Amino acid sequence: MSQTDLYTLAGSTLFVIGLYGLMTRPHLLHKVLALNISSAGVFFVLVGIARRIPGTTPDPLPHAMVLTGIVVTVSSTAFALALAKRIFTETGTAALDASDVDVEEDAGG
Amino acid sequence: MAEWIVRQLPALVILMPFTAAPLAYLLGAKFGRPIALVSALLSQPLALLLAIRVSRVGTLRYEVGGWGGPLGIDLVVDGVAAVMVLVTTVVGLFVTVYALGYFGDRERYRFFWPLWLFLWGSLLALFLSGDIFNLYVCLELVSMSAVALVGLTLSREALVAAMRYMLAAILGSLFYLLGVALIYGAFGSVDMQTLREVIRGDTTGQAALALMTVGLVLKTALFPLHFWLPPAHSNAPSPVSAVLSALVVKGSFYILVRLWVDVAQTAAFPGASTVLGVLGATAIFWGSIQALRQERLKMLVAYSTVAQIGYLFLMFPLVTGGGPAAADAWTGGVFHAVSHALAKSAMFLAAGTVLARFGHDRIEGLGGLSRRAPATAMTFGLAGVTMMGLPPSGGFVAKWQMIRASIESGQWWWAVVVVAGGLLAAAYVFKVLGPFFGREPEAMDEADLDPGPSPWTMEGAALALALGSLVLGVLGQPLLDLIMVSAPALVAGVTP
Repeated sequence: MSQTDLYTLAGSTLFVIGLYGLMTRPHLLHKVLALNISSAGVFFVLVGIARRIPGTTPDPLPHAMVLTGIVVTVSSTAFALALAKRIFTETGTAALDASDVDVEEDAGG
Repeated sequence: MAEWIVRQLPALVILMPFTAAPLAYLLGAKFGRPIALVSALLSQPLALLLAIRVSRVGTLRYEVGGWGGPLGIDLVVDGVAAVMVLVTTVVGLFVTVYALGYFGDRERYRFFWPLWLFLWGSLLALFLSGDIFNLYVCLELVSMSAVALVGLTLSREALVAAMRYMLAAILGSLFYLLGVALIYGAFGSVDMQTLREVIRGDTTGQAALALMTVGLVLKTALFPLHFWLPPAHSNAPSPVSAVLSALVVKGSFYILVRLWVDVAQTAAFPGASTVLGVLGATAIFWGSIQALRQERLKMLVAYSTVAQIGYLFLMFPLVTGGGPAAADAWTGGVFHAVSHALAKSAMFLAAGTVLARFGHDRIEGLGGLSRRAPATAMTFGLAGVTMMGLPPSGGFVAKWQMIRASIESGQWWWAVVVVAGGLLAAAYVFKVLGPFFGREPEAMDEADLDPGPSPWTMEGAALALALGSLVLGVLGQPLLDLIMVSAPALVAGVTP
């Protein structure tokens, strides 16, 4: 298994872990964090791909993509957090569905 | 000067809303409305010139900043891109005019203008993107501004709908980006023109396409990944609902079409286009039945979008075989996207007029609307003709092309789906038109609240869009020709 394959595998695993978190955790903060874990996985794959031809200089293009991706993720995370906070202020729970367990207690744990 | 404008056209169409957006933000309190209107008006000749240029000389390629690939960004305008730019620009103008009346100069809605202009520019940038990574960035730009617009009213329902939409949108983009990463790793390019030559249907290619397709299907709200659409589209302010249903879902669909029909035509998995077609057919039935069960007008229209998105996906199994069937399916699919954009924006705007005037959109409480708001009832009826696919509407031309493609390619069952979908659409359209043209409700308490007619700009803009969807059926030939300009090899019948 080459180094790139290892990175791709690790990145994909992170992606799936994030996906699992997004689907199982009702708390909005958890969901946003889960999406961040998934995006870290995608960036991992991209960084690994830069070294796909061993012995040569790493390809700068995937790095440029990761940088762009980070900018996008930071902005969308900030926006999602602001939205989650507003939902909490308006509804008193930080979940999409208020009946989804006691989210307020869940947040502390 | 004239020559310079023609050369810079692909950049200028995008720059127009992108310049107006920050201005509308900074000067929003006073000048947001006029800035948006001026931008919308100036965009019209630019989009029209671009379409004429493409129909004359074929594909345009524009290197942003003169950098060129692989580090620079290239804009590519072919027939279908020019059509999408044109429909966005035309729908955009009428929605802008409508929104001027709908939002008025209420302070809390001042952010509608910059966000809407950002969304407009992002959509155009998406349609003109030449590489799959730039498409990712544009997808995110579209989603972020669309989510913000959904939450604009700050009501509980709207905020929760916006959040649901946001999570689905980000997840969709990540799936897509992972696919982009795999494609770059395996084939060493993100430029679609280059990829067309080198992409193969090996394990990596298939995995990458599968990931991108899942992400885009989620963003297009194809059944069974449509859960976020009805709440988001029905809780948004009506001009926003119109733009979301008419244009935003077409953005991610457009990328799917580019990927499957244009780039991966040879590397396609054998079964994938059938799967997309079956999901499309299911969406038509499921969306229509759900639409029939709704009590509220905007929810009904939103579920109608779920159904109409289904038709778009019938394109995939129909183009796969190539030949004349592929050309018919291609023009039919794109034409459906265009006529649905006009008719659905008209419907949502009409629903918005009702909601703004009577304070509710319960269908049973809207009896006799045709007497109190004839233009709005008429708008709904005309747009309904396109939804049902009756002649002479644009929807009829689109469905006719699809039925022809089904028969030419020997896949008659898709024709059955198209016809049955039209009947179901008739059922939910008449569920609304029945009360509209029927008797006024016995209890007049709701009618008592009627504050009088809405501004004529609102009713007029919605009616113009509905008429447009109808006229498209009669005068659609130039558009059908433009859709075929530098069409993908699979569709144009050229062996690459």
